[in-house]
Amino acid sequence: MSAVLRTRPAALVALAVVTLILAWALVPGLFTGQDPIAGVPADKLLAPGAAHWFGTDHLGRDLFARTVHGTSLSVRAALLAIGVALVAGSGIGLLAGFLGGPVDDALMRATDVLLAIPGLLLSLAVVTALGFGTVKVAIAVGVASVATFARVMRSQVLRVRHATYVEAARLAGAGRGAVLLRHVLPNAAGPVLALAAVELGAVILAVSALSFLGYGATPPTPEWGSLVAEGRDYLAVAWWYSTLPGLVIALFVLAVGVLGRALTRETRTDR
Amino acid sequence: MTLTTSTPGAGPTADAAAAGGADDQAPSDALLRVRGLRVAYGAAEVVHGVDLDVRPGEVVALVGESGSGKSTTAHALIGLLPDGGRVTGGSAHLGTGQRSAALTGLLPDAWRRVRGVRVGLVPQDPGTALDPVVRVGEQVAEALVVHGTPRRAARERAVEILADVGLDRPRERARQYPHQLSGGMRQRVLVGIAMACEPELVIADEPTSALDVTVQRRVLDLLADLTGRAGTAVLLITHDLAVAADRADRVVVLKDGVVVEQGPAARVLGAPEHPYTRELVATVPGRNNVPSAYAPGAGATVGTGEKAAPSGAAVAATAAGTPDEGTTDGTSSEATAAGAIALGTAAVEPSPALIEVRGLVKEFRLGRRERLRAVDDVSFTVPRGSAFALVGESGSGKSTTARLVLGLDRPDAGVVELDGAPVGADRATRRRTQLVHQDPYSSLDPRFTVAAVVEEPLWAHRVGTRAERRDRVAQLLEQVHLSPDLAGRRPAELSGGQRQRVAIARALALDPELLVLDEPTSALDVSVQARVLELLARLRAERGLTYLFISHDLAVVRQVADHVGVLSGGRLVETGPVARVFDHPAHPYTAELIAAIPGARTPAHPDRKDLT
Repeated sequence: MSAVLRTRPAALVALAVVTLILAWALVPGLFTGQDPIAGVPADKLLAPGAAHWFGTDHLGRDLFARTVHGTSLSVRAALLAIGVALVAGSGIGLLAGFLGGPVDDALMRATDVLLAIPGLLLSLAVVTALGFGTVKVAIAVGVASVATFARVMRSQVLRVRHATYVEAARLAGAGRGAVLLRHVLPNAAGPVLALAAVELGAVILAVSALSFLGYGATPPTPEWGSLVAEGRDYLAVAWWYSTLPGLVIALFVLAVGVLGRALTRETRTDR
Repeated sequence: MTLTTSTPGAGPTADAAAAGGADDQAPSDALLRVRGLRVAYGAAEVVHGVDLDVRPGEVVALVGESGSGKSTTAHALIGLLPDGGRVTGGSAHLGTGQRSAALTGLLPDAWRRVRGVRVGLVPQDPGTALDPVVRVGEQVAEALVVHGTPRRAARERAVEILADVGLDRPRERARQYPHQLSGGMRQRVLVGIAMACEPELVIADEPTSALDVTVQRRVLDLLADLTGRAGTAVLLITHDLAVAADRADRVVVLKDGVVVEQGPAARVLGAPEHPYTRELVATVPGRNNVPSAYAPGAGATVGTGEKAAPSGAAVAATAAGTPDEGTTDGTSSEATAAGAIALGTAAVEPSPALIEVRGLVKEFRLGRRERLRAVDDVSFTVPRGSAFALVGESGSGKSTTARLVLGLDRPDAGVVELDGAPVGADRATRRRTQLVHQDPYSSLDPRFTVAAVVEEPLWAHRVGTRAERRDRVAQLLEQVHLSPDLAGRRPAELSGGQRQRVAIARALALDPELLVLDEPTSALDVSVQARVLELLARLRAERGLTYLFISHDLAVVRQVADHVGVLSGGRLVETGPVARVFDHPAHPYTAELIAAIPGARTPAHPDRKDLT
């Protein structure tokens, strides 16, 4: 990791951006003193300036404060979604690759079905079934990416499963479970974890998209996607309303993507 | 850069070598003259001033272990160094008189007028050196076309070349793709390509190390025959001293990028002067330097009586094993006699069989209808404490047999008994039988430390407490002569020999009775191989282990095994004590295998050179 950062300045910048935004999520109060919920009606739709870095919205709330305070919810939702996809997808891929045969067939055809449906559509269907709320949006987005993780994990397991050291472990007397957890999983995990980093960006976008469509946090709770959605009606008079929170989303997605790719390269040169 | 450096200044070692080999230096009539050649990859110099001469029509072997710089030297001479490699000093000249041309600092255009035309290359791996999507005839013709032959004429000539290199039905073969040819045939095609433009020099880079021993012999015979007829000089790169001894007029020994010794083959390999050459020669498992079936050194500690017991028992049991096999049967009874004679009149007390294999059959499905009998009615017995070797070429079924014996695969017919009970995939069998894999580079989990690798069997079988297991690991590492400092390292930080020692330590962790060794040294350098074989012999003597040794290398088998079974096409064609089978092979296939072992050219058979 440190070697990656030394040789790739882009990764270093990306790391700085991600760190800053994660800090927003953890301690928003440190970055803005203004209230994200209660506005000053007299200050409505002010352009960005020294007092309000991102300007204000139609209720006179500071948009920078709302963006910073919304980070926590958005990032948590994204991490939860990745967690769901990573755990469920890896589990499916691991079982399919390791057990093979009919288990493999059944699991892989199921993931084929998931892959056949566009991701956002699938998330919409799931969130409609589950009901509204950030956690449910996160789960819905996670379910939509399960198939990708299952595929990558399965291909890695197939590569590792026939490695001589796995056979050597079986010969040493290790049981199937022990071989799976001690040898197959650690040796297959690298590319899957790198995929998680790459996917994180896409997941943030998906979570924001769903909350933009109104499935996410209920107003007045700030959340990245809903900030962009609210600003949509004022685009003609207040360009900053949707644009600046949108740029933050874009910047974060980009930074996470750069980091993820750097990590992918790292795991590739490992072997 | 000066292309003609007069001083071969390459440190004291090279100077000493140059002085030592002064009497062997070729005068100006040399076809290839290399002086003080230095090659570096990036900042790291790997060839430190090599001097080398090849006279017209002469075969010079460049020998050394992996990392000695022999392939790098060869590639530098033909301008095919990999990315980052470059010649940093010295000179190389090809040809005499006005045909003389420098081989250093050439531009790509100039190289094209040398490569293929004046210097041919036979590459190492016939599996990857041919383009898989181009017909072999086209590939041979290509070598002619790029040097100016019209395509139509080149095609005709290509068929002639394929006939010259001994392919049957050359016209049909020319239209086949590489995957339709065997490894040996592909290597013949590559020899044909190298010889297509009738070069003055052929550089053969380990031309046969990927081939079976009988195929190796035929390909080397072919190369010798073709180059001998055309008067072509050969620079033979090899790690196999026995091949060098058989095929070369002169030998150049390379170590760490420095020539340590060079001279006539018989002198260098017969009476080596440099300590490193002496060590190399001593470590070659040969049919001439090991009179007994047992490893030298450590083997001496084992009483002959102990060794005598298994011999008779194995033979007797084998004779009963395959009553329908004429050859085996006859051989065995003869072997009993031979064994008894060889072992003197010591009381032959039959020791109980540890492994008994009867009528083993294993088939693999190839297509819808086709089935391959990988193991066909194989029967043998391994008495406790003995070392039984299964030899055969690739595809003979020896590794499949080993897997069946370990209970890793289920046989289609026949039984394998361990101490009278059939083996299975159960944990009891696991504890008593262990396998050492062929390739130590892939048999150790790259994420585990050495200590974790060795501890794994103990952990899996819930042996002892954590502290006890740690002590046991330390003890095991000591037994295989690994420094305790290595315990925390990962496999990637170890050498091949060290890795194989780790694998052996892991196999020994549970105190097994039977150790199956699947070509345990074939991925290792010869001096490393010798040390690993010595370790195996000592462990067997100390711990009363029984070995089932799988190998294609008969020289190694002769050194480590008491008894040998020869597999061909899945059938066991001959079994018996090693000394008897090697000295008086009963089956023609065994005889062919033994004749193909390189290193047979001895003072007694000076004509076995196949070159002149």
